[in-house]
Amino acid sequence: MNDRPAGPADSPAALAAALRSTGYLADDGLATATFLAMQMNRPLFCEGEPGTGKTALAQALAQVLGAKLIRLQCHDGIDASQALYDWDFPRQLLHLRALEATAGSGALDTDAVEASLYDPRFLLARPILEALQTTPSVLLIDEIDRADDEFEAFLLEVLTEHAVTIPEIGEIRATVPPLVVLTSNRTREVHDALKRRCLYLWLDHPDLQREIEILHSRLPGIPERLAAQVAGAVRALRQADLLKPPGVAETIDWARALQLVGASHLDVDSAAATLGAVLKYREDADRVRKQLDTLLAS
Amino acid sequence: MTSTEVPVGDPIEGLVGFTVVLRAAGLAVTTDRVAAFLAALDALDVTSRTQTYWAGRLTLCSDPDDLPRYDRAFDDWFTPPRGGGRTRVVDERKPPPPKLAALTPSTQGESDEDDAGESTQVFARASGNEVLRNRDLAELTPAEREHLRRLLALLRPELPTRRSRRLRPSRHGPTDPGRTLRAALRDQGELRRLHHRDHSRRPRRVVLLVDVSGSMEPYADALLRFAHVVVRRSPGTVEAFTLGTRLTRITRELRMRDADRALAAAGRAIPDWSGGTRLGEVMRAFVDRWGQRGAARRAVVVVFSDGWERGETDLLGVQMSRLHRLAHKLVWVNPHAGKDGYAPVQGGIVAALPYLDDLLAGHSLATLEELLEVVRNA
Repeated sequence: MNDRPAGPADSPAALAAALRSTGYLADDGLATATFLAMQMNRPLFCEGEPGTGKTALAQALAQVLGAKLIRLQCHDGIDASQALYDWDFPRQLLHLRALEATAGSGALDTDAVEASLYDPRFLLARPILEALQTTPSVLLIDEIDRADDEFEAFLLEVLTEHAVTIPEIGEIRATVPPLVVLTSNRTREVHDALKRRCLYLWLDHPDLQREIEILHSRLPGIPERLAAQVAGAVRALRQADLLKPPGVAETIDWARALQLVGASHLDVDSAAATLGAVLKYREDADRVRKQLDTLLAS
Repeated sequence: MTSTEVPVGDPIEGLVGFTVVLRAAGLAVTTDRVAAFLAALDALDVTSRTQTYWAGRLTLCSDPDDLPRYDRAFDDWFTPPRGGGRTRVVDERKPPPPKLAALTPSTQGESDEDDAGESTQVFARASGNEVLRNRDLAELTPAEREHLRRLLALLRPELPTRRSRRLRPSRHGPTDPGRTLRAALRDQGELRRLHHRDHSRRPRRVVLLVDVSGSMEPYADALLRFAHVVVRRSPGTVEAFTLGTRLTRITRELRMRDADRALAAAGRAIPDWSGGTRLGEVMRAFVDRWGQRGAARRAVVVVFSDGWERGETDLLGVQMSRLHRLAHKLVWVNPHAGKDGYAPVQGGIVAALPYLDDLLAGHSLATLEELLEVVRNA
């Protein structure tokens, strides 16, 4: 059942180690999920709060597998021609004109002309087709919850068959199926038919220890004290009932910002100066600024 | 404790037994999910408790709400029993009666009281649709209620649309090179006519928030039926929630075709039927968990509530202003707004008023139809 060439890992633990070497720290669940996704050739459906590392996971996996990361960002009204393939119409028109110009007085054979127009060289591969044609590849279908439900139905075929059918050319099948990672921020419910074909991974914010480790792996050379303070403060912020609780990405941004302004530790002044890196709403910033000393004391 | 005690007999049987328990716990465990679970275990170490746990969690769960139930079932099933064998407990109790039954008097009850039943029926017929349309929903007799239900079911709400990113063949708009080229090919490469394409219209999201607290009780049944009609009209783009002491999403329940079954299911889903309200807190829960993430973005949001706020109204004001910034249109429907001498003085309404695009009555069928008109043109 497994026609993927032996990956870099033969157990979840080995895969976690490989991911760690790219700077992505995986816990048991995440390691098992990615390991199974590779072994079972199943897409991985990642859901969770924004900023818990869903997109970063796909990037880390691509690095581990030495594969090309192909990203499809979903949006309202996305359709097959933006996700799958499209014909390069301007070039087709040009080709047609060239044929006419060189044909001289003789009439053109319509069938032959048409066949020459729908040649793979006029085919523009969009992310999904590109992922099927590239080996090895990791296909990231980002924020699937933003697309319409018709688009989900269209993905079902691609995700289970690893093939697409182009009427003029025929079926294009992946020799080695890409590793597919889907992410969702849960802005709407994704259809059960799609979820059933995937492994379901719910990502939470990491615990304090892991978040400190993440800071160390993402920002080598960060002072021990600063990393612990930032992780602790972010943890307190997440419990402070904000409009937008900070994710891991904000933690890293904040620590980086603090380093850039030359802060060796987190105090009221440096925190106030860099608050924009971690809080993205004026209301949140106002509230936190008033209570900075109690927040940092905790 | 790392190894797992698989129950006596075939290990597969024990694992499938676990999936049966999960199904009883309310997870949507289908046969293909069970197959995926077994396949996952095949690739992992079955004797490891952690790996068995994750194999199941990744293949059998599909929603964050499933996770606590899964954890509980996993602990129950895979923790070796202390003394005595494993017994399966089947819950044979009837499901609790739907709470909505209290609001929808059963028809048998009516036929028992012959005289009263008949006279109200006669009255309902005499009153006719036109009168009923303007009657206050809270003051209907059981027979009129029955009649209203049928009228509600006949509503064919038209929902608002928005411009889509998708291009469709059209008479206007930019040239469609694909269709133009294909048409040219049919004419031996001669361009005889330019084809055009333009953005199509797509349904705009609609969010219905129905207050089911005690003071709204006389209206709740009719409003939920109304919500059912709207959800059924466009199940993919309408979301429905109830507001009480908690926020409850009832979209899934209301998608059922049969109105009575849908309402019974919604009634079961609502834990805080006719309790109190803390509108501010519940609205915050909605904006945090759903609204900001996308459900309310550029949507038409309709709040059905009398605005009786027992908590702080400041919080409600802040939440309404957030919602106002997210939504395309924010409409408040207050059943009391249709009565003579009504002035928007309740704390909740006062706090919300600056952020509303419209304040409507919605106490009768006629005003609900008016609401549909407002929503359609939003």
